[in-house]
Amino acid sequence: MSRDGAQTAAFTNGRSIELDAIPTLTLEGFEDAVLDAVADGERVAAMFGAAGERAAEMLLYVVLASDHENRLGVARTVIDAERFPSLTPRCPQVHLFEREIAEQFGVRPEGHPWLKPVRYHRSWTGRDAWGRAAHEAILPGVTEFYRVEGDEVHEVAVGPVHAGVIEPGHFRFQCHGEQVFHLEIALGYQHRGVEQALIGGPGPRSIHYAETAAGDTTIAHATAYCQVVEALARCQKSARAQTLRGVALELERLANHVGDLGALANDVGFLPTASYCGRIRGEFLNMTALLCGNRFGRGMVRPGGVGFGVDDARVAELLKRLEDAAEDTAVAVNLLWDTPSVMARFEDIGRLPKQVAVDLGIVGPAARASGLSRDVRQDQPSGIFRFAHLPVSTYDAGDVFARAYVRWLEIQQSTDFIREQLSAIPSGEVRVAVGALSPDRLVVALNEGWRGEVCHVAITDFEGRFGSYKIVDPSFHNWSGLAYALRNQQISDFPVCNKSFNLSYCGHDL
Amino acid sequence: MLKMIYARMQQGHRTTKYPDGPAPQVADRFRGAPTIDVARCRDGCRACVEACPTGAVTLGGKVRIDLGRCLFCTDCADACPEHAIVYKNDYRLAVGVRSDLIVEQDTQILSLAAAMNAKLLKLFGRSLKLRQVSAGGCNACEADINVLGTVGWDLGRFGIQLVASPRHADGLLVTGPVTRNMELALKKTYDAVAEPKIVIAVGACAISGGPYLDHDQVRNGAEAVVPIDLYIPGCPPHPLTILDGMLRLLGRIEDGTERKPAGQARPADLIAS
Repeated sequence: MSRDGAQTAAFTNGRSIELDAIPTLTLEGFEDAVLDAVADGERVAAMFGAAGERAAEMLLYVVLASDHENRLGVARTVIDAERFPSLTPRCPQVHLFEREIAEQFGVRPEGHPWLKPVRYHRSWTGRDAWGRAAHEAILPGVTEFYRVEGDEVHEVAVGPVHAGVIEPGHFRFQCHGEQVFHLEIALGYQHRGVEQALIGGPGPRSIHYAETAAGDTTIAHATAYCQVVEALARCQKSARAQTLRGVALELERLANHVGDLGALANDVGFLPTASYCGRIRGEFLNMTALLCGNRFGRGMVRPGGVGFGVDDARVAELLKRLEDAAEDTAVAVNLLWDTPSVMARFEDIGRLPKQVAVDLGIVGPAARASGLSRDVRQDQPSGIFRFAHLPVSTYDAGDVFARAYVRWLEIQQSTDFIREQLSAIPSGEVRVAVGALSPDRLVVALNEGWRGEVCHVAITDFEGRFGSYKIVDPSFHNWSGLAYALRNQQISDFPVCNKSFNLSYCGHDL
Repeated sequence: MLKMIYARMQQGHRTTKYPDGPAPQVADRFRGAPTIDVARCRDGCRACVEACPTGAVTLGGKVRIDLGRCLFCTDCADACPEHAIVYKNDYRLAVGVRSDLIVEQDTQILSLAAAMNAKLLKLFGRSLKLRQVSAGGCNACEADINVLGTVGWDLGRFGIQLVASPRHADGLLVTGPVTRNMELALKKTYDAVAEPKIVIAVGACAISGGPYLDHDQVRNGAEAVVPIDLYIPGCPPHPLTILDGMLRLLGRIEDGTERKPAGQARPADLIAS
């Protein structure tokens, strides 16, 4: 389609497109396509590199999401393998994508204002964007951190090993007394090579890579992977399987949202809700285990459908447990809003203004808590969400309270959704056979995981194997939002701000 | 205030009586240790080996499953045309010796972990402080370790506590395949724990690398960096499996420790040398 002369190929979530149908734009045309789309309110869902035809060049792909028109756009351009002009100064939301491309392909985005490694690994091509020698060790967290200097300014360094049972990451705070001027977050400690390992697939491990990309988001990532495979194999899954995937996805949201509200209560020292929600979260995990035997949903979502069916007795048991847990959750969570000491610690803390959320490309509850009506289930629906519409829960304040309250609204929506779906579950096979993947195609699968948009992009080679596989966990977009939200806050508010985003390290590091 | 009192009454007392009472019920579809009926194997069939994502299933005269690598995905069982492999519901999986995680037809019942030696038991038996190190992986193991701290399980009643510093700890609880980027941090954390100390590896990643086995970016589990005293398999292990393992190490649970044929049971003091 055409927009001010900029060309992208239009398609939708979970549909594949021939590689030949994707326009290869000039570099200027590519930049215009991205800038025009973002100016029009579209988002950069993914931007990634791929090997070019010649060694001296490479391909740059962009996937743009038009949420208002329920449409995706994809375009590519050929760039020099050594350098390309950075888009970040004109389009901040691509900043981390460009850093990632620089690290993976050893290509330098010229003019990038913050060009640092993302995951601290050697490039896939042998070239190095920072000119580091091949024998030079790459140490995680060793980079030039942004520094504030002046009287009484001090630096606080935390991690990678944290005080709680938390994944590793390194945080540098530039502080003046208790006040945080700036927070820089260095990740990469969890990098285990997931995207690279998916190339050449599908293989026996592929679904397991998806299930463990971020363990608390097993259903959303596994569903995205399966949508990729099913689109490329032109496989039609049953309505029953799609319903069960939707139920599992919402159970995942319930477990995590309830757990987060408990953890937020804990971080402000309000122990009743902390201890109740900690326990209730386990009830939701056990409901997922009732479906598939595993509390995190391992084995539930499989190419062609789901790994486990349900009979009437199981559905009845699930509904009964859902009602019990929903009642306990309501009592535990409503205590938060009724307790002034909790509200005083939630309100006006860690504000993320709406425009900043737009500029940084924030997704999920964090975006909705800043007033953005942004939800894949509404904007780019796939599977059961094409038929069952969940209202999008938003709040305008952009603070810790808003991120907590949006979760509470979503808990209620998800509970209603599961109740509705399970009481009229369509019949049919739960899993159908999946054939070989079509060669030379690209597919994008988007899913609204509990943290926000989970995006998988696959490109098949001439034999129908993955030539490129890009995973964008919502955390990839949102870590910058947390860093921003900490500005001018007290450093003692970091835990509650951090928990209000509750981002994934492993999903970011892959 | 009244609402808080109402909530307290409404939520009730939820801590499991286990291990004094029965263990909480695991889901009927829960996948625990497998059994192998080798008599059913067809000549030349390698379906289970080829289906396994992590090389946990091997054929060397007989089928073996290494639970240290196993993701409990049942891809092997689903691939078997004769249904010779069956994953059972038993949550007890923790062992003290790496080789005890290998299941074959003759030793289908795991030789579960025995208590640490008398000296360590005197030190740690009533108060075990652990520092958790997340070293790669997907955060699911960490999540189900955290669950043990909730009121449902109340880990504190056993004197087990997860502490904020290795200087306060008697040992480490390691998760993840140990990425190259976490190797140094794990080593330094281990070194910072005073002797004597123990290490517990939780999950397939920490035991063998799990789904990331043989990736250049990982060290194939914690054993490449630190010695391990207790192996808790699973992807991720159920909280009950983790708790069962810890309580065995502390000598609070003893059933199942000597299930191997007589003569093969290990003396307890071999574990935490």
